[in-house]
Amino acid sequence: MSATGHIQGDDHSHDVGHHHHKETFVTKYIFSQDHKMIAKQYLITGVLVMGFIGIAMSLMFRMQLAWPAESFMIFESLLGKWAPEGVMDADIYLSLVTMHGTIMVFFVLTAGLSGTFSNLLIPLQIGARDMASGFLNMLSFWLFFLSCVIMVLSLFVEAGPASAGWTIYPPLSALPMAQPGSGMGMTLWLVSMAIFIASSLLGSLNYIVTVINLRTKGMSMTRLPLTIWAFFVTAIIGVISFPVLLSAALLLIMDRSFGTSFFLSDIFIQGEALHYQGGSPVLFEHLFWFLGHPEVYIVLLPALGITSEVMSTNARKPIFGYRAMIASIMAIAFLSTIVWGHHMFISGMNPFLGSVFTFTTLLIAIPSAVKAFNYITTLWKGNLQLNPAMLFSIGLVSTFITGGLTGIILGDSTLDINVHDTYFVVAHFHLVMGISALYGLFAGVYHWFPKMFEGRLMNKNLGYAHFWITAVCAYGIFFPMHFVGMAGVPRRYYQNTAFPMFDELTDVQILMTVFALIAGAAQLIFVYNFISSMFSKKVGPKNPWNSNTLEWTTDVKHIHGNWDGPIPEVHRWAYDYSKVDENGEYIIPGQDFVPQTVPLQKDEEEMNH
Amino acid sequence: MTTLLIFIVLGLVFIAILQMTKIFELSQLKSEQSQIANDSDNKNNGYMLFAFMVFTYLITIFSFWNYGKFLLPDSASEHGKDYDSLMLVSFAIIFTVQFITQFLLHYFGFKYRGKKGKKALFYADNDRLEFIWTIIPVIVLAGLILWGLFTWTNIMDVNDEDDPLVVELYAQQFNWTARYAGTDNVLGGANVRLIDIDKANVLGLDEADTYANDDIIVKELHLPVGRKVNFYFRSQDVLHSAYMPHFRAQMNCVPGMITEFSFTPITTTADMRKNPEVIDKVNRTNKIRAEKAAAGEENKEPWEFDYILLCNKICGKSHYNMQMKIIVETQEEYDAWIKEQQTFSQTMAAVQ
Repeated sequence: MSATGHIQGDDHSHDVGHHHHKETFVTKYIFSQDHKMIAKQYLITGVLVMGFIGIAMSLMFRMQLAWPAESFMIFESLLGKWAPEGVMDADIYLSLVTMHGTIMVFFVLTAGLSGTFSNLLIPLQIGARDMASGFLNMLSFWLFFLSCVIMVLSLFVEAGPASAGWTIYPPLSALPMAQPGSGMGMTLWLVSMAIFIASSLLGSLNYIVTVINLRTKGMSMTRLPLTIWAFFVTAIIGVISFPVLLSAALLLIMDRSFGTSFFLSDIFIQGEALHYQGGSPVLFEHLFWFLGHPEVYIVLLPALGITSEVMSTNARKPIFGYRAMIASIMAIAFLSTIVWGHHMFISGMNPFLGSVFTFTTLLIAIPSAVKAFNYITTLWKGNLQLNPAMLFSIGLVSTFITGGLTGIILGDSTLDINVHDTYFVVAHFHLVMGISALYGLFAGVYHWFPKMFEGRLMNKNLGYAHFWITAVCAYGIFFPMHFVGMAGVPRRYYQNTAFPMFDELTDVQILMTVFALIAGAAQLIFVYNFISSMFSKKVGPKNPWNSNTLEWTTDVKHIHGNWDGPIPEVHRWAYDYSKVDENGEYIIPGQDFVPQTVPLQKDEEEMNH
Repeated sequence: MTTLLIFIVLGLVFIAILQMTKIFELSQLKSEQSQIANDSDNKNNGYMLFAFMVFTYLITIFSFWNYGKFLLPDSASEHGKDYDSLMLVSFAIIFTVQFITQFLLHYFGFKYRGKKGKKALFYADNDRLEFIWTIIPVIVLAGLILWGLFTWTNIMDVNDEDDPLVVELYAQQFNWTARYAGTDNVLGGANVRLIDIDKANVLGLDEADTYANDDIIVKELHLPVGRKVNFYFRSQDVLHSAYMPHFRAQMNCVPGMITEFSFTPITTTADMRKNPEVIDKVNRTNKIRAEKAAAGEENKEPWEFDYILLCNKICGKSHYNMQMKIIVETQEEYDAWIKEQQTFSQTMAAVQ
């Protein structure tokens, strides 16, 4: 695909000076159509606020698991009637688990991660003045905000928030008589998610259109930074899979409120047989996981994209195997849409289907392995600048490998039989998508903080403390958890005291909880660092990490339109770090990087076109 | 109250640390302004990466040493042996890869830590290397996939060969019921709409279906050792999952459809209790239980090992306590037990 045809810089030159228009507080900070402001809105709403709620919930149910039925003041004050005398109730335990999953997967790691960095980086790194549609972008954020508000409100309804697990399998989620959380709480969950999906689709379509149409002169697809490739492909799988979740949610709403039987059949509950006939919960599982599995990669791919960029910059080396990285992003994206059935090996679906899904699932290990090896080779013989963002990127590769490897067990239909829905699964996906994606998110925040807050840098020492405590605790929580799963402990158990065979696991539970509490506290270091750096008066250099990509050519001060003057033209790929001529001298004397805007030198060989 | 105090203290300690770092930073203002890693940061964090690699190995060894004994005992079913060997081989592969890649990742992080003036190697591509690490996973995974699929097809093939015992496992919030097919070894037809609590027809059996007459409904699962059992699963309300970890068996119970699974138990409960691993586990557990009982906790009487059926799909408030005992016994013991149980028609007659 040739991009030289997009001579967009010239078309938009009349845009220069837009920023002189007087902006009110409302248009600048609230209903802003500027992608940089929208990125910050996503970061603060999605990551800081929703992330805080999601993590706090996990700490509470971890405490319940370690010290079952013990009384805690904090439960009484936060959970109120759901923790009589400070002892957590079994229903609210399920609610906390459900809402933790929902908030972390959708609100923090989908909207928070993609929303922040796609918005911030797509225009800046491809050389565009803004998103294709600033208005749709604003709409996307405010729909997201609305869905956050509804989801948070659902925590306060009389019968409690949704508590059927984040996968909301019917009939449990469809019948209020099956559990209190399936009443008003579940209705609000579905409404919130429907709005969330609309927001996500608007955002994704905007990202796709922007990447295809608004690349600056010279920015061919194979000169794009890997961040953009990751965001682009993520947006595509979002557009393919999220509508399916919407249809599942709509059908579930119909079953719940209008008496249809899409997912329900032959139910006898609380002394009476219900009228539902002919539906199938397995159908819902198919629809849910048709989104649910690509969702894992919607969460993970942006984090991997960020890692590619951060790692290459800080290693002062080109990313190893640029084209292989693009190919594996696309292979992962394609395969991710045809593996959903590995969540359903023992759901009662035809075992032959299980065989097919085992095959496609284990195939996905191949591009993943290629990515992991390419990251490792990128470090080899580098000149590693171990900034906090770099450490988080290395941490991501570590947890991605550890968590990914156990996927070989879970993706194998045979081995899945005995570890399905146990803590082994919980440990696996927390490492491979939860922790890894969070590390990518943190790497991105530390790396691009200067772009978000006009040249300010986050404190590196607090960053180091944040990383090392988090890294140790993450393994401290999730490594032992595999053993709990291998001992046969099912997930979503309010307590394990009903089975003497699990009695001896109490010590492990306590160990994991203590690590979790420390890890939770360590995130406060990040919050403090974030807020204090935001208001810091010190402004760092324009291009603090000596990076090649276009975002560092913009002014430190934010202006609407990004570049004061014409949009820069691109002459090379983004990874000419430490490139030397035949005499072994840097291309630009005394500088180990060649920004994308620098034309090819005489006799210089171009890496990608 | 103490917890509140602990939280307050933790909060104060946290604030104190923040204040201290702030004072520390302010005092360092002149010497160091930049928030970009310098040579000493690279050095310190390079060493930390090396230490972290050691940590990942140590936590692996620690977990195996301390928690290895928590793993389930040898499989009590025939197919479980294949399952366990596939699991063992998969784990061997995983740990080899994990050991090597974590070493390379962190060691490179340590070895190539940045120094001012050092030149990184411009190394953007190597088709051969990439081919190698594409083809190795392809071969290894092809092996695992083939082996896995072969085992899977065998396990999931539920058929009527070898005269299997037919048992229905019936799930509801929050308990299990088992139904034996009786002397004719055919389960009578059933539907939740036929449930009649007043007549004690709790599983909704079709009273007109003659196959149902000799069905036996019980609350404890007894299985004769060495005989294949075909399980058919039903649920009356929400999704449940019948999880029998000791037999490496699990299947969801789905309202509106009948799911199936089949296995052959090979170790009686009595023999399993004599397994050294199980004896150790029971001793460890009973020690803990005795301590708790001494501390005044209820329901901590000594435990005797039993196979167990757990619910493994979130099903509501008491999901965590939905269980049924499984007893594997000799054919004679089983025959004696089943003879004592009432058939469906006998229960019906008793009610009327």
